[in-house]
Amino acid sequence: MIETLIWLLGYQLAGELICRSLALPLPGAVLGMLLLFLTLCAKKGIPASLNTHVPQLLGHFSLLFIPACAGVIVYWPLLTAHCWALLATLAGATLITLLVPAVLLKVLLARRHGRRPA
Amino acid sequence: MNAGAALVWLRGSPLFGLLLTLLAYRLAMSCNRRAHGHPLTNTVLLGSVLVIAVLLASGIRPDEYMKGAQFIQFLLGPATVGLAIPLYHNLARLKRAATPLTLTLLAGGLTGIVSALGLGMAFGLPREILLSLMPRSVTTPIAMGIAENIGGIPALAVTFVIVSGIFGAVIVKPLFSRLRLDDDLVMGVATGISAHGIGTARVFLLSETAGAFAGLAMGLNGLVTAVLVPVVLGLIHV
Repeated sequence: MIETLIWLLGYQLAGELICRSLALPLPGAVLGMLLLFLTLCAKKGIPASLNTHVPQLLGHFSLLFIPACAGVIVYWPLLTAHCWALLATLAGATLITLLVPAVLLKVLLARRHGRRPA
Repeated sequence: MNAGAALVWLRGSPLFGLLLTLLAYRLAMSCNRRAHGHPLTNTVLLGSVLVIAVLLASGIRPDEYMKGAQFIQFLLGPATVGLAIPLYHNLARLKRAATPLTLTLLAGGLTGIVSALGLGMAFGLPREILLSLMPRSVTTPIAMGIAENIGGIPALAVTFVIVSGIFGAVIVKPLFSRLRLDDDLVMGVATGISAHGIGTARVFLLSETAGAFAGLAMGLNGLVTAVLVPVVLGLIHV
């Protein structure tokens, strides 16, 4: 458990420091994820403690978003002023942005499979 | 009796926000199980509605709640780093699909910006709201940065990001099953692009592979969107 925390917090810290010092438009944790991924590729394996504890943590990923979502209540007056236009825009844009990449990726993957000899 | 003093202590104590979040999540999880994973019983949606209901009923302010809830929110960082592990498990698949993935990310990032801006303009929303809508499909810290850079309102951008994420998380499973798009890789990447972390948390429960690709797509889409938003703004007069 302690090893897992050191790994994860260490890579997050590295990511934050690099993003901040280079002014990258990326959250430090995402860069930390990429750095850890590259480390695992270089090591050609996953340390045992990460392999046991990380799936347990990610199993409750949803829990970690509840505080931020409950915080939306603060902007209630602004939201209700344009309620329907905003809901329609957000729902429509989310739907379009789900479908366009999904269909594109499916077509690209199918085309590549088609080109390969069966 | 000293109930008043106890209440004052509770308001200032991180115990309240921590325990409330855990209880709301636990209750949301039971409801979700009992409803056989029905999309409307999404744990993020139900959990935050429960928290909001308790805050409104008790009169405890959101900043008092955050004294404890911030510890849970903090874990988002290390958990995001942890997405590297399921991603590594899918290394072979990632290598095979590198070119289609890159093209999809570029097209998806652009779709995310243009769809939000276009619909917002069609509905006649004011300028500062439009600018805050543009980064709505990326994860909160990036969305805040982008909104600030282009003259939007960061707090509004965060709200739009969260509402989008919840909507995406609720519809992804029924939508993709019906359209036969529920391949792990396709569903994961599309969810990461459109519904960032909240969507990622949802598809992670459907499949670890989909969750890993969603996490990767979420991160890279943040980068793509940060680069593309100023370009789109140069082309479309808002």
